[in-house]
Amino acid sequence: MSEKPAWRPTASMAVLKSRAQQLAFVRGFFAERGVLEVETPALGRFGVTDPNLDPVAATVSASGVRGGWLQTSPEYHMKRLLAAGAGSIYQVSRVFRDGERGRRHNPEFSMLEWYRPDFSDNELMAEVADLVCDWLDCERPDTLSYRDAMIAWAHVDPFEATDCILRRRCEEWLEPEQLAGLGRDGCLDLLMSFAVEPNLGPERPVFITSYPASQASLAKISMESGVPVAHRFELYLKGIELCNGYWELTNPEEQRQRFQVDNRLRRASGKPEMAIDDAFLAALDEGLPECAGVALGLDRLLMLKLGLTDIAEVLTFPLERA
Amino acid sequence: MASYSTNEFRGGLKVLLDGDPCIILENEFVKPGKGQAFNRVKLRNLMTNRVWERTFKSGETLESADVIDQDMEYLYSDGEFWHFMATDGSFEQFPADAKAVGDTVKWLKEQDVYTVTLYNGSPLTVTPPNFVELEVVDTDPGMKGDTAQGGSKPATLSTGAVVNVPLFITIGEVLKVDTRSGEYVNRVKSS
Repeated sequence: MSEKPAWRPTASMAVLKSRAQQLAFVRGFFAERGVLEVETPALGRFGVTDPNLDPVAATVSASGVRGGWLQTSPEYHMKRLLAAGAGSIYQVSRVFRDGERGRRHNPEFSMLEWYRPDFSDNELMAEVADLVCDWLDCERPDTLSYRDAMIAWAHVDPFEATDCILRRRCEEWLEPEQLAGLGRDGCLDLLMSFAVEPNLGPERPVFITSYPASQASLAKISMESGVPVAHRFELYLKGIELCNGYWELTNPEEQRQRFQVDNRLRRASGKPEMAIDDAFLAALDEGLPECAGVALGLDRLLMLKLGLTDIAEVLTFPLERA
Repeated sequence: MASYSTNEFRGGLKVLLDGDPCIILENEFVKPGKGQAFNRVKLRNLMTNRVWERTFKSGETLESADVIDQDMEYLYSDGEFWHFMATDGSFEQFPADAKAVGDTVKWLKEQDVYTVTLYNGSPLTVTPPNFVELEVVDTDPGMKGDTAQGGSKPATLSTGAVVNVPLFITIGEVLKVDTRSGEYVNRVKSS
């Protein structure tokens, strides 16, 4: 990166053309399937409560609104459209996540998010596979449960292992004192990142499914082989996490509780609590149709299309040059 | 003492780890979309020169190490220490011990300028310039007509370094030597 003068883009002109082709492909894909393109605010009055996402604060002041957040995903706004009767919708948007910068991260990135009323997680996974495999011209994905993936590569059962066993397994990467404040899900995230992910989808993509209920986020939870699992899926190719989807939680009471749990976790880890988006909850109270939804990173999709390993190569100006 | 949080980590940053000064070589940010973020960091321990790989939770901090590189002129050795003087106009002098001087000892010529890395104000390492010019003090006699091609022979330089040189090199000549490879580059002048 540093060899180019700082005013120059980090993406080549050939990559810019591929980016434009990718956008045209995505729009064609959804037009053919009758999914409506929508636009929702990038700047909102509320941010997410998610304990591991840090929204970027904005100092906006207008018409009585003071302060806002650049959105980490268009999820709440799009669900409000669904509750208002929009039907199948998709959006290509810029989203913002503070502190995230690396070979696969930039604090501002391009996200493709879409929702399908009456789809289950399995039906939406089939549509994700259509889109990704058409564009990348690759084989259809395999499917592997979170539990089997963890057992195969991290050598622990994420549902049965005691906290003590999980922590000991993590000592390959972290000192015992670093592990103290990490918690069970933090340990699982560490093992997922360092022991499992690099092995996922070397040739063809792979869906990881049936996440622990504690990592459900906004997905429905049901019992599977005697343990509660989230109807959440992610797609990986060449060790790169490409998308995250849910069979969406529609129960407003449960959603309220999850927001409160999130804020408790934020407080415990020293992060500011986030105000709960009452407009989103009001939409759920009114009735979010049964649906499945997914968010897919377009920058990473383009990296995989072009065989590039650094996100800067597909961005015009990553944060340091923006 | 200042400290750096993981999102300030970048190549070249000097930090304290396990009590030793280290330089960050690589910093990789790893995070599952909805999960905990980590930084996988490669650092070189400046005391031992060993490369360490460590993982940090995002938000963890490391203390900054008071490590600076400074140009200094080599003055003399008293047998125990090698004395250097800052070229920034302060004329401040610093004694470097054998550990700090290390292999650089064989390239030390009085009045030449070296990079001295100071840790808490004391020399930690001494790095020679990429090229030095040194006089040959001992080598087998040169053979007439032996010019560009042909074999090589060892030559001892004024600092004690021994380098392989072409057969035509004679005692008293000044040679340009690459300190990274220890190889002869060319003759600078004939005496």
